Amino acid sequence: MRRSSPRMAIRYRGIDAYMSGMRPQDILMPVPAGLCCKPGGFHIDPVRPVERALITHGHSDHARPGHGAVLATQETLDMMRLRYGENFAGSVQAVAYGEEIRLGDVTVTFHPAGHVLGSAQISVTCKSRRIVASGDYKDARDPTCAPFELVPCDVFITEATFGLPVFRHGDAAGEVNKLLASVKLFPERAHLVGAYSLGKAQRVIALLREAGYDAPIYLHGAMEKITYYYQERGIPLGELRPARGMKKAELAGTITLAPPSATSDVWTRRFPDPVTAFASGWMRVRARARQGGVELPLVISDHADWDGLTATIAATGAGEIWVTHGQEDALVHWCKSKGLAARPLDLVGYGDEDEGETAAVTGEAQPDGEAQPVGETRKP
Amino acid sequence: MNRFAELLDRLAYEPGRNNKITLLVGYFRETEDLDRGYALAALTGALSFKHAKPGLIRDLITERADPVLFGYSYDYVGDLSETVALMWPKAELPGHNNPPPPSLTDVVTTLRTLGKAELPAQLARWLDELDETGRWALLKLVTGAMRIGISARLAKTAAAALGDKDPHEIELMWPGLSPPYLDLFAWLEGRGDKPVNSDPTPFRPVMLAHAIEDSDFANLDAADFSAEWKWDGIRVQAVAGRDAHGHVQTRLYSRTGEDITGSFPDLVPSLHLPGAIDGELLVLRDGRVQTFNVLQQRLNRKVVSPKLIKEFPIHLRAYDLLGDDENDLRELPFTERRAHLEAFVAKLGDPRIDLSPTVPFASWQELAAARADPKSAGAGDDADAVEGVMLKRRDAPYLPGRPKGPWWKWKRDPHIIDAVLMYAQRGHGKRSSYYSDYTFGVWTRGDAGDELVPVGKAYFGFTDEELLQIDRFVRRNTTEKFGPVRHVVHEPDQGLVLEVAFEGLQRSPRHKSGVAMRFPRISRLRWDKPPREADRLETLERMLISMTGS
Repeated sequence: MRRSSPRMAIRYRGIDAYMSGMRPQDILMPVPAGLCCKPGGFHIDPVRPVERALITHGHSDHARPGHGAVLATQETLDMMRLRYGENFAGSVQAVAYGEEIRLGDVTVTFHPAGHVLGSAQISVTCKSRRIVASGDYKDARDPTCAPFELVPCDVFITEATFGLPVFRHGDAAGEVNKLLASVKLFPERAHLVGAYSLGKAQRVIALLREAGYDAPIYLHGAMEKITYYYQERGIPLGELRPARGMKKAELAGTITLAPPSATSDVWTRRFPDPVTAFASGWMRVRARARQGGVELPLVISDHADWDGLTATIAATGAGEIWVTHGQEDALVHWCKSKGLAARPLDLVGYGDEDEGETAAVTGEAQPDGEAQPVGETRKP
Repeated sequence: MNRFAELLDRLAYEPGRNNKITLLVGYFRETEDLDRGYALAALTGALSFKHAKPGLIRDLITERADPVLFGYSYDYVGDLSETVALMWPKAELPGHNNPPPPSLTDVVTTLRTLGKAELPAQLARWLDELDETGRWALLKLVTGAMRIGISARLAKTAAAALGDKDPHEIELMWPGLSPPYLDLFAWLEGRGDKPVNSDPTPFRPVMLAHAIEDSDFANLDAADFSAEWKWDGIRVQAVAGRDAHGHVQTRLYSRTGEDITGSFPDLVPSLHLPGAIDGELLVLRDGRVQTFNVLQQRLNRKVVSPKLIKEFPIHLRAYDLLGDDENDLRELPFTERRAHLEAFVAKLGDPRIDLSPTVPFASWQELAAARADPKSAGAGDDADAVEGVMLKRRDAPYLPGRPKGPWWKWKRDPHIIDAVLMYAQRGHGKRSSYYSDYTFGVWTRGDAGDELVPVGKAYFGFTDEELLQIDRFVRRNTTEKFGPVRHVVHEPDQGLVLEVAFEGLQRSPRHKSGVAMRFPRISRLRWDKPPREADRLETLERMLISMTGS
């Protein structure tokens, strides 16, 4: 488990003497509930119920139910409604990318983060100082969402999920070709692709279509709602079918998308000698892939890789970098070696986006199915 | 190199044997000569060049990357070659015409002649030219640490499948072949003649037996079979032959064809006549066969000291004769081969080599009595080293592999204990959704009263139906989870008792319990038995003393 640390307050005292007037930590400040903006009266991606929440994207570790008022993109609001039902918040307000909203003493704008459909970086400007909380982001191409927008700022808050120089994701199209080559080599087996049900699954499907694969693609029950929502939003995913109710023999030579936790569950017994694939940035590291019993690792990530993180940090022009969830130490070290002020923000509760998703499985898995996701959990 | 790297990468993740073969055959089919030959050599361990030391690889990366970042990365990845392959900086090569990445042939042929001083610069050049997977495979190759779960035998089987040939044919000619195996691939693809093995001491694929079940006897006639003791040693093939100069060469092979001559130099002078003996390697002291535990002291030694040779005198007990000088005897019926064997052993006239005696019997009842009491049925003082009887059809030729019918093994009843299931782990491949690997324990006195101590691990012996039952039990009775491992409830009144059968016991400092089992498997599920009635460590201790006398 990650530590929650009372050190935070101490760490902030007496720094940034070079800045006059309002210090960045007077604008945004990590508190147990999440990133708190006092002058604006809101929290960003709070992990506990708060009065006013600004949400970067729909993954369950960032978008939680029970807040008083929620401000987010239309897609993020829709996804929260799909997951948590109509009454997931007291009131909601949709915001368009680039639209300026005044909250208390600050101005906020949402900008595409390139992570999943509807994902946003949140820019908070107070007086002339701008802080960008980027949530989760990637600078790589993704046919299922708006591309990452670079927002120049004074302080850039970056994730560090893949904050080690061993993480280089390469071309996702190449990984999809690897999957298609395997389907060709083993026509008598089914291919099960573990992928997070929000974002990754749809991106893999879209990439398969781009690669010319036009056979029906099968879906695990937990994937259906969100994938059909992507289609409603005009993202072409071709013919999709539920895997439920199919005969074993009919699934030979097919591709099925499933949540990572389902690919090692009793659910897989309905498939003929399945090849277990997993689409994730973690697949770059062999030990991680093997731990999960993955036979065909596909390095496809919705987070920026090391080169993406470092290039983005440099391009924002920010003089100060706050590093959250992931491999903070290595990225902070890199920033300092480039002459940037940098510190880790100990925010708790992020990076478990697949946790609890099996609960949404519609009667497909047994109640005692794996709660532990195959990947994307942290190394202890 | 990149294609070979892709193959290694995929093989490293694939648990299924047939799927591995499919991948290998696909590679051999699509890859041109030289490259595929060197790939086969790499997979069978037939390449020889001086390996690069890990220190050299570490120096290469720390010259190019921040050592602190390398440290964080190595900690995370846990494997030096992989860390370096992943974080190797993208090369900024001048001009537009980047050199193509090296082929496997380039790498192998260059390494053969490269001087030690030139190695770092050459490695760096290749690492610049390859992609991540290519770099990983290159580093595995040059450090000599492939470890991707492919045996030489499997690689040869895949090569055979390319030409729809019997793998034994390749095994027979293998000692006469050398990389990059142009003649072999030409023959496999129907473009050339079968390569001739000019090796004077070739390995011949061994014949193995099926375990006999009680129900099998009804269909078998005792008169058709010859019986002998099944000795608890190491099955070997001892081959002697004349080279081009007429000198006798000798080789000792394990049952898988591995050359183990170097471990038993003391046996070589005894094998002075050309021929091929199938037999059992044993340690004899004062004419008495020692237990497997004693023999084990002679295995896996890097250096065979005179002291070791003296304290553990090696002996060959002959079962069969496959070749007598130039003559291949394998097509002859067993009774005729046995006559040749008796004459051959007599001609050798060496105290280190003797005949495996036959066990006379007229009916299955008589043989059952002999099996139950080898001591009074002819084995005498050597009875402790008998693990059962072997049945061989008198009219059967010597066939490679494990054909059903001609040979049967009828083992003595195994040792049995009742143990408690403690942890379960998911299996691999087809079993990846089942908890099929079980750690079990027995009771012992702990600081706070009786506690269970793990004594072994088993992953077979149960039926498919039983696997489903245990899997269900594990899922419903998990107390904690650690990745693929589950802690299963094991209290005096709650838990699952497994009847575990095993062949022997040894002292083991690596196990908390201090004992290790040979060949443990689940023989029965004791749903009826509460865990508190399972066996205690003291029982195992007593069995150990009666087995080894120590």
